[in-house]
Amino acid sequence: MWEHVLTIFIASALINNFVFSRYLGLCIFFGVTKKMETSIGMSFTFTAVMLIGAALNWVIYEYVMIPFHLGFLKIVIFIGVVAAFVQAADTIMKKVTPALYYKLGIYLALIVTNCIILAVPLINAEEHYSLFESMALALGSGLGFSLALIIMASIREKLELADVPKSFQGLPISFVLTGLIALAFLGFSGMITL
Amino acid sequence: MYEQLSGLLIQILSRAVHIFANKLVPLVGVGGSVETLEKVPWEYVVFGLVVLAALGVVFGVALAIVAARFVVKTDPKVDLVRETLPGANCGACGFAGCMGYAENVVGNPDVAVNLCAPGKAAVAEKIADITGKKAEKVEPKIARVFCQGGKSLSQRKFIYTGVQDCTAAVLAAGGDKSCEYGCLGYATCMRACPFDAITMSADNLPIISKEKCTACGKCVAACPKQVIELAVESKAVVISCHSRDKGIDVKKKCQVGCIACGICVRTCPVEAIKIDNNLARIDHSKCIVCGLCVKKCPTKAIYDYIPVRLKAQIDPAKCAGIDVCAKVCPVNAISGDPNAVHVVDQSKCIGCGMCAARCPKKAIDMIAAAQQVTGKQATVSAGA
Repeated sequence: MWEHVLTIFIASALINNFVFSRYLGLCIFFGVTKKMETSIGMSFTFTAVMLIGAALNWVIYEYVMIPFHLGFLKIVIFIGVVAAFVQAADTIMKKVTPALYYKLGIYLALIVTNCIILAVPLINAEEHYSLFESMALALGSGLGFSLALIIMASIREKLELADVPKSFQGLPISFVLTGLIALAFLGFSGMITL
Repeated sequence: MYEQLSGLLIQILSRAVHIFANKLVPLVGVGGSVETLEKVPWEYVVFGLVVLAALGVVFGVALAIVAARFVVKTDPKVDLVRETLPGANCGACGFAGCMGYAENVVGNPDVAVNLCAPGKAAVAEKIADITGKKAEKVEPKIARVFCQGGKSLSQRKFIYTGVQDCTAAVLAAGGDKSCEYGCLGYATCMRACPFDAITMSADNLPIISKEKCTACGKCVAACPKQVIELAVESKAVVISCHSRDKGIDVKKKCQVGCIACGICVRTCPVEAIKIDNNLARIDHSKCIVCGLCVKKCPTKAIYDYIPVRLKAQIDPAKCAGIDVCAKVCPVNAISGDPNAVHVVDQSKCIGCGMCAARCPKKAIDMIAAAQQVTGKQATVSAGA
């Protein structure tokens, strides 16, 4: 069983990396990677929300939705759970740790309706993963997304100094870069077969 | 009565839901790893409604409790200021968005109330009211074009047929205009302006609308010749030339360039003009916008943005014949014997306002002369 958990973890972080293999979460990916500082902040917030959100959704799916045959309401309920949880976290953080709130608070609002945050519980539900497997998928996806953000941010910071043709400056060259990194990530495929 | 009615209503509703669930939606949940069902069991619909409602109630109550338990007291002034601000989040104030400025202007006593460029004076006054800070005098700024040498008044080095954009034209040997300091006239600033405040005149020069310009500085950044600058709007007399060429060269290239002859320097009653590097420059902290230099400039390189100059008029009832006005008048338009009522020669008066400022009896008013108003407006609409 633990072997399977580890497999899921590595597969979700590298082989099925959300950004480079599944092409999800691209809006945030391009939005926050202009600076290393913001991408690290986003990475932490994202991974934390992903883990807690996946756990909450697993509990609700397993103990409420399956007994009541409500599998078809997955998307609606998962979004509601994540939104409520993020909003609560936002309020609590503002009171308890204002410093952390001002650093990460702006990302929380962006995360609520993010597609990766929704994709992780959906995959968990679809594959009928156990709690540990769900957590492994959430952690792996979070770290995989963080890896993508940090790779991209470090390149884009260097890109500021590069002599890019005017029509390619900004987003276009970032798209090209993302394509090249995605190509590199293809090298992981086939490493593990699930 | 009520029980009967509500009972009836519930019956109708449940019947409707039943029919809907059984007949009209024969298959639900196709795809997404949900098993296809031939018929939707009646309970599933009820479960769905109940569970969603319950989750909604639970989340709502939980959020309400959290919000009440972890309430953070914010200064209501911050929200008031935030509503006053234009909300463009342009960052001209130097803070992260309008909310950042609102928080800082309320929380930090050193942050001035007049930092919002798009909001101008009106917003600054409102913020001063809310925060109780003193509203410092806001000098509204406007973008000014420092070139009058349009197509008809200046020379061209060669015929440029490339991309019709200043940034492109400037790559070709610095542009086709023989004056290397002047406006190229390919309207890059017009396209850069987010407020449509810039139009191009028939003579290929940008005209900046006083009403629409917010002094955001986009055109200043866009102009490859640095011909546009932000200037204080009330200082309406401007040397509209950037040429640092020698006078003789300027004359060859452009009819309205500054030739650094120095007449304006000698004319200026407050010594606000200096010539530096072959170009006259007005020190706007000294300038009283009298417009004398505009009249005297031989090449008309100095531009007066005041469309209608008022004329001095002496109120005979108040005039005590003190003679200060006659002495101070730079064009000798005022005459009169000492201790007698003085008269302004309207044809000589240039409307500089110096006599009105100096009169101890406040007997001089600046009044628009009727025929002059129409005359000056005609030149303005002609595209000056």
